[in-house]
Amino acid sequence: MSAVVSHIREPLVEGGKTYHQITEDLVSPTERTPTTAWVIAFLVAVTGLALYVFCVAWTIWEGIGSWDLNRTIGWSWDITNFVWWVGIGHAGTLISAILLLFRQRWRTGVNRAAEAMTIFAVICAGQFPLIHMGRLWLAIFIFPYPNTRGPLWVNFNSPLLWDVFAISTYFTVSLLFWYTGLVPDFATVRDRAKGLRRKIYNFLSFGWTGSAKHWQRWESLSLVLAGLATPLVLSVHTIVSFDFATSVIPGWHTTIFPPYFVAGAIFSGFAMVLTLMIITRKVLNLEQYITIGHIESMNKVILLTGTIVGIAYLTELFIAWYSGYIYEQFAFYNRVLGPYWWSYVGMMSCNVLSPQLFWSKKLRRSIFVTFFMSIFINIGMWFERFVIIATTLARDYLPSSWSYYVPTWVEIGLFIGSLGLFFTLYLIFVRVAPVVAVAEVKSILKVAGDQYAGENAKNAHAHAEHH
Amino acid sequence: MGATHKEVLFGLYDDEEILLKAVQQAKDEHLDIMDVYTPFPVHGLDPILGLSESRLHIAGFIYGALGTLTAFLFMTWVFTRDWPIIFGGKPYWSVPAFIPITFELTVLFASIGMVVSFYTVCGMAPGKVIPTLDDRITDDKFCIAFNTNDSEESEVEKIKKFLSASGASEVNTKVI
Repeated sequence: MSAVVSHIREPLVEGGKTYHQITEDLVSPTERTPTTAWVIAFLVAVTGLALYVFCVAWTIWEGIGSWDLNRTIGWSWDITNFVWWVGIGHAGTLISAILLLFRQRWRTGVNRAAEAMTIFAVICAGQFPLIHMGRLWLAIFIFPYPNTRGPLWVNFNSPLLWDVFAISTYFTVSLLFWYTGLVPDFATVRDRAKGLRRKIYNFLSFGWTGSAKHWQRWESLSLVLAGLATPLVLSVHTIVSFDFATSVIPGWHTTIFPPYFVAGAIFSGFAMVLTLMIITRKVLNLEQYITIGHIESMNKVILLTGTIVGIAYLTELFIAWYSGYIYEQFAFYNRVLGPYWWSYVGMMSCNVLSPQLFWSKKLRRSIFVTFFMSIFINIGMWFERFVIIATTLARDYLPSSWSYYVPTWVEIGLFIGSLGLFFTLYLIFVRVAPVVAVAEVKSILKVAGDQYAGENAKNAHAHAEHH
Repeated sequence: MGATHKEVLFGLYDDEEILLKAVQQAKDEHLDIMDVYTPFPVHGLDPILGLSESRLHIAGFIYGALGTLTAFLFMTWVFTRDWPIIFGGKPYWSVPAFIPITFELTVLFASIGMVVSFYTVCGMAPGKVIPTLDDRITDDKFCIAFNTNDSEESEVEKIKKFLSASGASEVNTKVI
C-alpha cells in the first residue's frame, strides 16, 4: 500500500489519472457512437468474413478436391493456418497468467485485449482441422461418446486426439479466465448506463456488487486459474508439435519440437498483440494506459523468443548433419535449397534476423519500427509453419511421388477470410467491453502510476518536492 | 438478498487508504460492519475485516483430482476392458500415451468447477439483479455499509457520527 515514487521504473499509467478518470477513459469508448474509422474497418472485416463463409461452403459442397492437396502433400495451407492461429492464441494466456504469477504489473495494460485476441485466434484455429476433414458433418466422431458402433472409441494414443482435448480445454479455460476478469468491469459499465443498456450489462455482470468477500474470492480464483493456465498454455503447443514430432517423417520426427513450437507461439502471439495494441491505443486514445514502456516490455519478449526460435532452426540443421542419417540430411537440404527455398528465406529473415534489431533500445521504443516488425513476424511465423508442413511433405521417401503444391483460390480465400473472422470479432469486442481491465488498472495506480491520491501520497509528493 | 428488505446506512470514502483506517477504527469501536464495497480489490482489507482465507483453491484441487481420475480411469477401462486394441505394438495399457489427455481434463475440471463454485457461493448468476448501494462504488467510491434494520436510534446516531468522523465524504441510507 505504500506510495513510493520509483525513480527507476517508469510509471505504468501516465497523465496523472484519478480513479474516476480511469473509468471515464476506459469505459467511454463503449458508450460513444462508432467512429467512421471503426465503421470502415468493420465493413472490411465483415467482407473478409463473408469470403470465409463462402469458401467454407464451397469446400464442403465441392469437397477437398477444390484444394490443391494431393496424395503426397496431404497437409498444407489448412494445417499451416491452424498452427499459425493457435500460436497467435498463446500470447493472451501468457500475458495474463504467466505474468500474473511473476507479478509483472505491466500486464494490466494489455491483458484484457490480449486474452480477447487469444480467444478469437483459437476460434479461427479450431475451424481449420474441422474444414480439413472434408465431411464436416462427421466432426462429432472426434469426441469419445457412447455410440452404436460397439461402442467404438476414439484412439486415445493419437496425438491428433490429444490436440482435440488440448485445444478445446484451452479455449474453455481462456474463456472462463477472460470472462471472470470482465465481470467487475461489466458492472462498472452497468452502473454508468440507463434503460436497456443497463439491463444488458447487468445480465453480463452477473449481479456483481464489489463486496470485499467477493473480491477476495475473485482474486483467489484468478490466481488459481493463472496457475492452471500456465502449464496449460505450454502443453497446448507442445501437443500441437506432437502432431508432427510423433510421426516418422524426416524433418518432423525431432525431440526439439515442443520447446521450439512453444517459443515460436509466444513469439508470434506477442507480434499479433503488438499489431493490435498499436492500432487500438491510437484509435481509442489509450496512449496513457498502453505506454511506450508496455511496448518495450513486449519487444523484449519478442527478442528473447525470436532468438530461441533462431537457435532452434540452427540446432535442427546441425543435428540433421550430425545425425549422419541421409533422409534427415536430405529433408533439411531440401528445406533450405529445395523448390520451396523462398519460404525458408522468408522464415529466416522475418523470424531470426529482423528481431535482432530490438537489441537497440531506441528501436524497441519506436512505434513505427515495432509495428512493421510485428507484421514481419506474423508473416515469418506463417512461413515457418508452411516450411515445416508443405516443404517436408513435398519430398518424401519415394521420388516417384514427389510433388509440388500451389494453393487454389479457395485455400487463399479461407486464409484471408479467417483474418476477416478474427478482426470482426475483435472489432465487436472493442465496442462492447473495456479494452483495458478497468479494476486492475485502478489497483496498480498507486504502486505503479504517476498519480498518487491519499495521505501517504501527499507526503510522498511533498517529500519528492523537497529534493 | 431475497424478499427481506434491509435498511442500510453507508458511508462513501474517496480513497482506499482512508477506507482502511476507517474500517480499522470501526473494528476498534466494535461496530458491526455489514459489508465493504470497493471498485477494485483493496489489499490489506481482509485481515482488518476479519475475513478468513477463501477455500476456493481447495475446491479447485478436488475438482482437478476428479478430472485426473475421470480421464485416466476411463481410458484405462476403454483400452483394457471395453475394447482392447493394439496400436503400433504397444501394450493395451499404454500409460505414457494417456498423460496428455489426463492433464488436459485435470485442468478443465478444475477450471470449470472453480468458476461455477465461485459464482454459486457469491450468489451471482447471469441476469441476476442484486441491488447496489451507489452507482459510484464500481467507479471511484469506497463504501462501508451497516445494517440498521433493528438498530436503536442511539446506535444509528453512533454509526453516523463514526462515518463522518472517519472521513466519509457522503453518508446515506438506502433500503435494499
